[in-house]
Amino acid sequence: MRRVFPALKAAAVAAVIALTPAASQAAGEAIHVPDTKFSFDGIFGTFDRASAQRGFQVYKEVCSACHSMRQLSYRHLTGIGLTAAQIEALASQFQVQDGPNDNGEMFERPARPSDRFRRPFANDAAARAANNGALPPDLSVMVKAREGGADYMHALLTGYADPPEGVSVMEGMYYNKYFPGHQIAMAPPINSDGQVTYADGTTATIDQMSKDVSTFLAWAAEPELEQRRAMGVRMIIFLSILGALVYAVKRKIWADVH
Amino acid sequence: MAAGHHDSDEVSDASTGVHHLHDSKVKNPVLRWIDQRMPVISMIQLEYGSFPTPRNFNYFWNFGALAMITLAIMIATGVVLSMQYAANTMLAFDSVERIMRDVNYGWLLRYAHANGASMFFIVVYIHIWRGLYYGSYKTPRELLWMLGVVLFILMMATAFMGYVLPWGQMSFWGATVITNLFSALPLVGQHIVTWLWGGFSVDNPTLNRFFSLHYLLPFVIVGVTFLHVVALHITGSNNPLGIEPKTKKDTVPFHPYYTMKDSVGIVVYLIVFAVLVFFMPNYLGHPDNYIPANPLVTPAHIVPEWYFLPFYAILRAVPDKLGGVAMMGGALVVLFFLPWLDSSPVRSMRFRPIAKWLFLLWTVNFFVLTWVGGKPAEPPYIQIAQICTAYYFAYFLVILPLLAKFERPLPLPESIAAAVLPRRGGGPLPAGATAKPMEKA
Amino acid sequence: MADVLASPPTTGPADPGAHHAGSPQPQKEAPVRRDFLKLAAGAFAAVGTGVIAWPFIHSMNPSQDVLALASTDVDLTPIAAGQAVTVMWRGKPVFVRHRTPEEIQEARAVPVTELRDPATDQSRVKPGQDEWLVVLGVCTHLGCVPLGQKPTDARGEYGGWFCPCHGSHYDTAGRIRRGPAPTNLAIPDYSFTSDTRIRVG
Repeated sequence: MRRVFPALKAAAVAAVIALTPAASQAAGEAIHVPDTKFSFDGIFGTFDRASAQRGFQVYKEVCSACHSMRQLSYRHLTGIGLTAAQIEALASQFQVQDGPNDNGEMFERPARPSDRFRRPFANDAAARAANNGALPPDLSVMVKAREGGADYMHALLTGYADPPEGVSVMEGMYYNKYFPGHQIAMAPPINSDGQVTYADGTTATIDQMSKDVSTFLAWAAEPELEQRRAMGVRMIIFLSILGALVYAVKRKIWADVH
Repeated sequence: MAAGHHDSDEVSDASTGVHHLHDSKVKNPVLRWIDQRMPVISMIQLEYGSFPTPRNFNYFWNFGALAMITLAIMIATGVVLSMQYAANTMLAFDSVERIMRDVNYGWLLRYAHANGASMFFIVVYIHIWRGLYYGSYKTPRELLWMLGVVLFILMMATAFMGYVLPWGQMSFWGATVITNLFSALPLVGQHIVTWLWGGFSVDNPTLNRFFSLHYLLPFVIVGVTFLHVVALHITGSNNPLGIEPKTKKDTVPFHPYYTMKDSVGIVVYLIVFAVLVFFMPNYLGHPDNYIPANPLVTPAHIVPEWYFLPFYAILRAVPDKLGGVAMMGGALVVLFFLPWLDSSPVRSMRFRPIAKWLFLLWTVNFFVLTWVGGKPAEPPYIQIAQICTAYYFAYFLVILPLLAKFERPLPLPESIAAAVLPRRGGGPLPAGATAKPMEKA
Repeated sequence: MADVLASPPTTGPADPGAHHAGSPQPQKEAPVRRDFLKLAAGAFAAVGTGVIAWPFIHSMNPSQDVLALASTDVDLTPIAAGQAVTVMWRGKPVFVRHRTPEEIQEARAVPVTELRDPATDQSRVKPGQDEWLVVLGVCTHLGCVPLGQKPTDARGEYGGWFCPCHGSHYDTAGRIRRGPAPTNLAIPDYSFTSDTRIRVG
């Protein structure tokens, strides 16, 4: 009977927690997003560096034409396994604005690792103007900002299709199986096999590219994930041992009262 | 001290020669010196050392200590986070992302703080539930209970304002919806809302004042918690039997018995906390709050944080603006009157055969309110919310007052010791105590 | 150690037998094991508290973005001999001085042994770039910014810099010559990226 109460407490906590997804998932007609197998799934999953690097290439060559990632700097790319020299070389390919100089003028210069990712548009208004009024959202934390996370990213990128019978798509919109409301302003960004050429020889199928860029975006949204999980495992092992010791002391102390 | 007083004894009263030092029992000379002049050590020993505590607490009695630990964690993480956070609508979202990416262990501190809020509410809800089940609000502990309700309301205010700070979509629209509640007040409503905002919408002035208050209120909570504990230590703790300790056999000293028992609870609690922070840090949050605030677009389904859902459900159950706000406020205010609404002299539900089941039904009802609060405001959820709201109030306003008159409680044990100790020489156990005689630790 | 472990429990009120007449018999074999457990649990808790303090402390150290903003480029072409510019690096002024041959001469004429913080002039410039002196413009006494960058500034008795806060005099190699400052003006990490450009940091 004595053991029932910790269990009861755990159950109470669990009950409260169990109730909450009902709350957070309340958002509308749920579209089932297929589960994609990612290297970072599960408690011990880590980011597949090669995939994330390929994903960065996809972002750089495809997505970054419209989508900013303003929370990221080039130096952050050490997180997907690039070396400092590689990042330096990579950054210098981009021109970023700096200034004002001694004459009070803004000027362009090659990016340094400490610079943020170059933004495709100067501001939101410019981005809308170039995209028929639709604002391509920033992708920095996109994986955390959508229900379904990386699975949703992959599903969305591979979810373009012809509209089913009887569904008409508005002018300038595209049908997507997984986008809420099914009509998306973004033209299929990853639309043909071999759209990018991977240096490591991986075949660039639409699915592969989508998966790689989803991996990259997952890393971009949660760069701390691996450190967090590793620390969590150590923390829980530590607390379990401490818990056992404290419980033993407690039993001993209470032994003479019972 | 001054020149010419060489021979005066610095600790004696010049006119009477009487020492006004506290009679300290502390042995260490340095601590004793302090304790004689400021008896905090004696106080701690009295209130947390030898303090006589009912011997029959179950683990539900851990949750006060857990709430205190959580408050400490929240303040500690909050103070360091505030060193990195920028309370400005242009900078807030990015400054939070900078905390997540560039500040050393910033992700840990922020996730601990964000999930700490949820843990705080889990703990406090269980703490309140325990008070309701075991009748801890009844005389002589009415003021203790009311201070607890004050703490709960302060916590809700603090949590609400804290959620606004990351300046995501949910922050912005949560702030908009909740501050607009005040517009329901007749005549002054709109003026109050404008005053709360410091402008004509939730904007930079609002964010600034919310940050200021979010930093202030936790220390108010610390102060009220102190009063809560002072009140507790005047009346002493309630216990699962709901009867007062009569003899020394009924109590044990707080230390080491309950310090150790609380320690067990704290470690178990920290494990649950760690699972949340390290493995599912965004589970209790909402994805939309990772979208920067946009005053032009409301998210399709805005829901408050889970811990507000029951009250949000009550708000939406009433198809009238002022009525909904009044009901939601009433759901909290009714708690202040509970000690007088429930006039049954029996505290613990264990000895109240009818109230027990109606209270457990109230508990289920509360969970249903939580669930329905997260659902869209449409049939059948509205109707469910209405039924649940009715029962929420009926329990306090009708059932408890009536039961006090009509319910026949089970016989109470003659003492805590008689009920929980093995029958060795303790005399025959009263019938009621046999129900659950082993829940002593 | 064994004595410590075997000592009776120190918590007086912990013995309920003393307080509660009629309590069950205290268990006699307990003390050693209980104290060992107590020590172990206490040690674990103490270590855990210590470890978890680190993230809080470390969060106040320079963050990754602050550490990354480490370099500043300076174009040397506009700086005429005898002139100096001040650039910002890591939130602090860096003095870049184009020295005249006389100033270099003056700095090299001083016997190193007479200096408070002995350093040759050569050691304070890059090889082959004798005319360019780059120092951190922060007085080593208590952190003021010394005068001497503008032509109208007082440069002190040794023609370098003069700190108005507490009267430290620096020479044309940025070395401390008189006053309370203990060491020479610090030299930041920098390199010539071309003959007319340096990168500080």
